[in-house]
Amino acid sequence: MPHPWIPNSSLNVKREMMKHLGISDIMELFSDVPRSLILKGPLNIGFNRSLTEYEVVRKFEEITSGDKVFKSPPPFIGGGFCAHYVPAAVKALISRAEFYTAYTPYQPEVAQGLLQSIFEYQSLMAELYAVDVVNASLYNGSTAAAEAVRMALRVKRGRRKVLISKTSHPEVREVIKTWLRGTGATAVEVGYDRETGEVSLNKLKSLLNSDVAAVYIEYPNFFGIVESVTKDVIEEAHRAGALAIVFSNPIALGVLEPPGRLGADIVVGDTQPLGAGLNFGGPSAGILGIKEDRAMLRQLPGRLIGATTTIDGDELGYMMILQTREQHIRRERATSNITTNSNLMAIAAAIYTSLLGSEGFKRIGQAILGRTRYALKKLSAIDDIRAPLFSNRAFFRELPIGFKRFRRASDVIKKLLGMGIHIGPALGRFYKELKEGCLICVTELHTRRDIDMLATSLSEITSGGGLDV
Amino acid sequence: MYKQAKWDEPLIFEVGKHSKQGLLVDDEFRQEFLDAINDIPGEYLRKTGPLIPSLSEVEVVRHFTRLSQMSYGIDVGSVPLGSCTMKYNPKVSEDIAGRDSVCFIHPYQDESTIQGLLRILYLMQTWLKEITGTDVCSLQPPAGASGELAGALMIRKYHEDRGELDRNEMLIPDSAHGSNPASAVMAGFKVVKIPTDPNGDTDVDALRASISNRTAGIMLTNPSTLGLFESRILEISDIVHKAGGLLYYDGANLNGILGIARPGDMGFDVVHINLHKTFAAPHGGGGPGAGAVCAKGVLKDYVPAPIVDYDGRRFYFKYDVRRSIGRVSWFYGNIVPIIKSFIYLACLGPRVREVAEISVLNTNYFMKEVTKLPGVDLVYGRDRWRKHEVVLSFNKLHRDTGVTAEDIAKALLDRGFHAPTIYFPLIVPEAHMVELTESESKEYIDSLVEAYKGIVRQAYSAPESLRRAPQNTSIKRLDPLPANHPRTMAPTYKYIGRLKEHRKLLKG
Repeated sequence: MPHPWIPNSSLNVKREMMKHLGISDIMELFSDVPRSLILKGPLNIGFNRSLTEYEVVRKFEEITSGDKVFKSPPPFIGGGFCAHYVPAAVKALISRAEFYTAYTPYQPEVAQGLLQSIFEYQSLMAELYAVDVVNASLYNGSTAAAEAVRMALRVKRGRRKVLISKTSHPEVREVIKTWLRGTGATAVEVGYDRETGEVSLNKLKSLLNSDVAAVYIEYPNFFGIVESVTKDVIEEAHRAGALAIVFSNPIALGVLEPPGRLGADIVVGDTQPLGAGLNFGGPSAGILGIKEDRAMLRQLPGRLIGATTTIDGDELGYMMILQTREQHIRRERATSNITTNSNLMAIAAAIYTSLLGSEGFKRIGQAILGRTRYALKKLSAIDDIRAPLFSNRAFFRELPIGFKRFRRASDVIKKLLGMGIHIGPALGRFYKELKEGCLICVTELHTRRDIDMLATSLSEITSGGGLDV
Repeated sequence: MYKQAKWDEPLIFEVGKHSKQGLLVDDEFRQEFLDAINDIPGEYLRKTGPLIPSLSEVEVVRHFTRLSQMSYGIDVGSVPLGSCTMKYNPKVSEDIAGRDSVCFIHPYQDESTIQGLLRILYLMQTWLKEITGTDVCSLQPPAGASGELAGALMIRKYHEDRGELDRNEMLIPDSAHGSNPASAVMAGFKVVKIPTDPNGDTDVDALRASISNRTAGIMLTNPSTLGLFESRILEISDIVHKAGGLLYYDGANLNGILGIARPGDMGFDVVHINLHKTFAAPHGGGGPGAGAVCAKGVLKDYVPAPIVDYDGRRFYFKYDVRRSIGRVSWFYGNIVPIIKSFIYLACLGPRVREVAEISVLNTNYFMKEVTKLPGVDLVYGRDRWRKHEVVLSFNKLHRDTGVTAEDIAKALLDRGFHAPTIYFPLIVPEAHMVELTESESKEYIDSLVEAYKGIVRQAYSAPESLRRAPQNTSIKRLDPLPANHPRTMAPTYKYIGRLKEHRKLLKG
């Protein structure tokens, strides 16, 4: 039978086309492939034979039937990604096939809508982060951070070091280190203050010198803390002639002062909370922005959309700009190898942001901040829980807690899982010295009852048989 | 006749009066919020809100619906961009990958609660190993170029681990995708360019002359960007390996040999795959994609960790990949497109070979018809069958009429076809690089040939008229000069004034 996705697999059509080419066997088209390389039999992939649409749906459902989707209560898991609501309008609009089945807009005249959407994404993110230019997206927050670091090394040519706060996302730190292999530059981690959960300003100062190209921090940091030293870190970086790279959670920026206004030279972030969903970690889109500065602009990685006019000057339109920075033009001298980015997720972020508006952004920030505080209040009332884990009380969305009688937070997480509630990740996974610690994340999706339930369950677990398992 | 939708759709900032709301947010935790801000130093509280328009839901929906109508995807018509493998994206994949069992799973959710999802990823790794002829696959790279970077870094680390620090040269053919040299440089290599011989293959003599004990490896795509199978691949592999170098396979063109031959069998040590090309995950207007990296033999312990493993009882993430280069991205890769590709492969199963057979049949059928036209030529390997794509040269037509490859591309847009890749590969003058994939029917290909025929006729009879193309798209040809000039450049909304100013001057 002809396959529905391969129209010309119909025997008659195939024969007709082959006849047209003067061949009798389709393998004649592969006569230049060395015979020893031609596979003798079919590949062993799929489920023994081709499946019908209804069979594959059934197969997927069977395989995943034992999986648990945490809906009530939604997961309290943090660690960079948190459960947020994806508005139905976002889902509907990014399901428009003209958007999701399109390619990179190499032909701007048929892609004006796509280009305008991305131009709007760039403009909206620039507003949110208080910078002048935001690119058309990178893969995600972790690679945006790595690109920012590499960009700083190009801008600060000759300097071979970058300082990274240990209060940053541990996986982002790993990604940056991998992306620096081959540059000759090194990433040095700056320790944090065990008391406050903030990067140690003294340690930072002792490491800063004229060889440092950039300082990378997160705001709020991996623990959810709005570090009180953020501004000092930026100032110290500047004093040493280094760039300050600040990673910020966009959903916080209706309430928190944007990094652009705190003096960051490069802002980065991830659109996960802006209508991307959890997606088991991907995709989302990486945000990267800068102030208007010619030297910086020349080193910007990734696509950039700009407004222009038609050749006759009659109309305004949009197209890719400054393409001479990019791999398809500049090849080995490109600012990055990035080709495919995360366009559809960027459009999702633009739609989400447009739905919220500036008032909505303030409101959602308040709603999340209020819930974080409520969770803190409830959890700190439990005897066997140290909430917060550090002395600092300025949290947004995520909150680190510690267990006094359980030496490993992972044991508590497992027990709570048995009650249908999921918190995490255990901090011991990333910080040897914080084995008793764990993150909790609350968002607009969590109700008062959800948080109460979490507190009651944790109280039960931690007060009952708290000996190490 | 084709006529693309055209709305005079303003920028979102100019859509309407800004005092509406598109999404409600509750106010249940007002008191707690007021308590919380007392603990945040004032300097970190936002003073002036972002200038984001406040619109109703219906206004936002209409705005983006209209913008979508001024866009063009595979569901509208073919997008025959060469080396981009724009094939049909099955709807069933969209349906399944959009479910909560994929989209509402947190990356740090306990492995015991997602055994099914992990099994799918494990199967996907297994299938990709089988397809590429390799020993191990990591699904972590979020796109092709990221898989390229991973591959180049793996080669680098391999030589470092052996103490061969002098191996800093990466050989790359002059027909390669731009991302190859860009990735090689990112991984710290110097690029050594290898020319193409008149037959369209990598020039093996030039390769021999370039190889030395400084050679780290070679980056190849096979079939090449000319759509030709590298017929001396086994010889190339032998030369590079004997000199102590490794072979990297750029998977962008895998569609042409799927199920017929495998990179691992050809001697490649590391392979990247674009799941959003070869395995039908949609391209999203430029992403997100998904780009697995697979390796064999000496490189198998170098892939980015974690990978999914199975111990006979349960599926789990394996973090201790002995010589791993480390993470190229956080978490485990772009899961949603990976699921879409899984569905595609699960449906086709052993029939995946027909993908290559029919896409190659389509290419050659198209090539035979279109090269009958005056002014259209093939530059390399004229007498050879193509694989996944064909590169046409309009050099003669350009000399005869002054009409450029770009003019022809714009004329295709006017006829309702998306243009192919133009001016690439760089070694072909006035190039159109056409890849039809297995998705296009004979009837559609015939209509594309007819469109080319009409354009070529027009080029010889009324060349000037083609310079004015396109006319039927939502906008006429755009001017890259004001877009890129520092005085008029407008990368965000707040700069749009300078462009409007420029336009006013232009129009008097």
